[in-house]
Amino acid sequence: MNKVLLIIQREYLTRVRKKSFIIMIFVVPLLILVMGIVVKMVADSSDKLSSLQTVNVIDKSGDFANRFHDANNVKFTYALTDLKSSKQLLKDSEGISILYIPVNYTQKDSVQIFSKKKASIPLSEEIEKQMSDIAFSNNLIRHHIDTALLKSIKRTNISVSAIEISDKGDKNANIGANILIGIACAIIIYISLFIYGGQVMRGVIEEKTNRIIEVVISSVKPFQLMLGKIIGVGLVGLTQFSAWIILSIISTKIAGHSFNSPTSPMVNALAVLQTIPFGYIMGCFIFYFLSGYLLYAALFAAVGSAVDSETETQQFMFPITLPLLFTYFLAVSVLFRAPDSPLAVWLSMIPFTAPVAMMVRIPFDPPGWQVAVSMCMMVVGFLFTTYVAARIYRVGVLMYGKKASYKELAKWFFYKE
Amino acid sequence: MLSIRNIVKQYAGHRALSDVSLEVESGQIFGLLGPNGAGKTSLIRIVNQITAPDSGEIYFNGEKLNQSHIERIGYLPEERGLYKKMEIGEQMIYLARLKGLSRAEAQKRLKFWFEKLEMETWWKKKIEELSKGMQQKAQFVATVLHEPDLIILDEPFSGFDPVNAELIKDEILELNEKGATILFSTHRMESVEELCDAIALIHKSHKILDGKVKHIRNSYRNETYFVEYTGEQIAFDGNQPFELVSETHADDGSHTIKIKLTRENNSNDVLQYLIPKARVNMLQEVIPSMHEIFIEKVNLNSAGHE
Repeated sequence: MNKVLLIIQREYLTRVRKKSFIIMIFVVPLLILVMGIVVKMVADSSDKLSSLQTVNVIDKSGDFANRFHDANNVKFTYALTDLKSSKQLLKDSEGISILYIPVNYTQKDSVQIFSKKKASIPLSEEIEKQMSDIAFSNNLIRHHIDTALLKSIKRTNISVSAIEISDKGDKNANIGANILIGIACAIIIYISLFIYGGQVMRGVIEEKTNRIIEVVISSVKPFQLMLGKIIGVGLVGLTQFSAWIILSIISTKIAGHSFNSPTSPMVNALAVLQTIPFGYIMGCFIFYFLSGYLLYAALFAAVGSAVDSETETQQFMFPITLPLLFTYFLAVSVLFRAPDSPLAVWLSMIPFTAPVAMMVRIPFDPPGWQVAVSMCMMVVGFLFTTYVAARIYRVGVLMYGKKASYKELAKWFFYKE
Repeated sequence: MLSIRNIVKQYAGHRALSDVSLEVESGQIFGLLGPNGAGKTSLIRIVNQITAPDSGEIYFNGEKLNQSHIERIGYLPEERGLYKKMEIGEQMIYLARLKGLSRAEAQKRLKFWFEKLEMETWWKKKIEELSKGMQQKAQFVATVLHEPDLIILDEPFSGFDPVNAELIKDEILELNEKGATILFSTHRMESVEELCDAIALIHKSHKILDGKVKHIRNSYRNETYFVEYTGEQIAFDGNQPFELVSETHADDGSHTIKIKLTRENNSNDVLQYLIPKARVNMLQEVIPSMHEIFIEKVNLNSAGHE
């Protein structure tokens, strides 16, 4: 056991000390942060006017005179009165427009904005909003409702929250966020199974081609070496994820602070995310990542042991990647639309497909017994693949120059010690 | 020390070892000889518990070979290899710790060895930065760092330049003097006579010869002698106490003959016969070299098998 720890330590440290690992830890959250900022900036720039716009109001109705207020880079003036002469005047000036309000302004499309360039959407939205408000309060006054009282009454903001009815009591749900979280988890698991499984495989091939394998397994059993390598690389994966999660939380906190305004979409998004049971999903994510990793890493290790170089891995990689690829495509196309369909349920029970399939379902809160059965199947699954892989591995690592076929692998499996 | 009893190892398609038994005594340098593909490496792997035999048993100091003996064996495989990207110092310590040494102890011993073999500056280097010969030296250190009782070396001299091969040979002898038993495989016969106390010859999965080097060579004596004399060339008429195998004559008037004793005669009879006829400069028994015995045995066996 002590020796397995030594192997884990070596596998872990040699990878974690690599410059590329340390760089990756910082680069990925930084990329996420930069992407967030860019998205935010794009959203903001289409949301707000970038330069000051002056709007000359020509009010024929008299309802709006001096009632506009300057806001969001829009300035209102009431200097001009004649539309025709004003048009001539403004022909050559930028950032100035004319708002023409006819007497019967309630008619559709009767209010007009004139400017050198077509008025931007935020500008016309701002004007529409203000005009609606003014017209609304005019109507109230017309019906003898006290304006002072009106001002003291604040507009109430209402947001609708979707509630699911279930045996456990009503609970908050947000379909969009659920889909997002489920698919994100499935994609992360899918990618990381390949990344870390591949690392295990390359590690095994490296030991085999370096020929150090013989020295090492004269000191430890092949199984101990395989186990140490799998666990070591798995811990590297966990370290990387933890670092990313922590850094992401910190960076979104910082980003949240610097962009915070009560109506910012970031806050809305965070509010939506708060309706999702993060602890539960995180727990499931870590379980399915680890068990899926153990299951596939063992197979990757067996493949590594059977070949002499990475180029020969193709023929064995295909059947390993197939179930994952298959589930991945189903997950992003079909499964999230029907998380309780028989297909989704079955895929989340089969250990080879469960890590991806179940993660899509988890945010929709599948029945507890299904999660339990799926988790048990995962444990049985990785114990099984580890057993099979170990039997192939112990023979494979000492075989050189022999092109392994499936028949050969089966033979190795049945070899006595 | 090591008692190998009736080992059989069958691989798919061919038999690597058929009923091989050997005794390696404590403190011996034991040579495992045989042509390529004879089964030497298979046997060495079994002793190292890398693979298990199909049948047969191995005893280490009287105990049945088990995992606890791993720490008392050092193994240098034929195909050398270390982690290319790992620093040497760290790598040596790792390998020693896998053999059960503590970190502090491994570090101390490694310092000693690095000084001894003038490798101090290598500590922080990576294997890929070293030459092949340097890698071999490092690997030898890794093999003996945990001070094993039994050191198993598979083709230890292959890959070394003559200077380093000599250096390693001296180290092996020194370790042997300090009490380590050495088992090594080779197909280089010169090193056998120089180094080995005992040998076993394996050919086509069978052990065809084993024993102490001296005994083996003595048992292959066939009463053949070289004689050098000066004077008139002797005409042998058939009454001499030996058979003439061959003769050569040098320009300086010396003659060399190779003879084989006949009947009950011994070397004294040869001298008695020759002394009246010429001046005898030298009489030397021809003891077959291990190389000759090896070739003879292998050829004989190949013929016998086919």
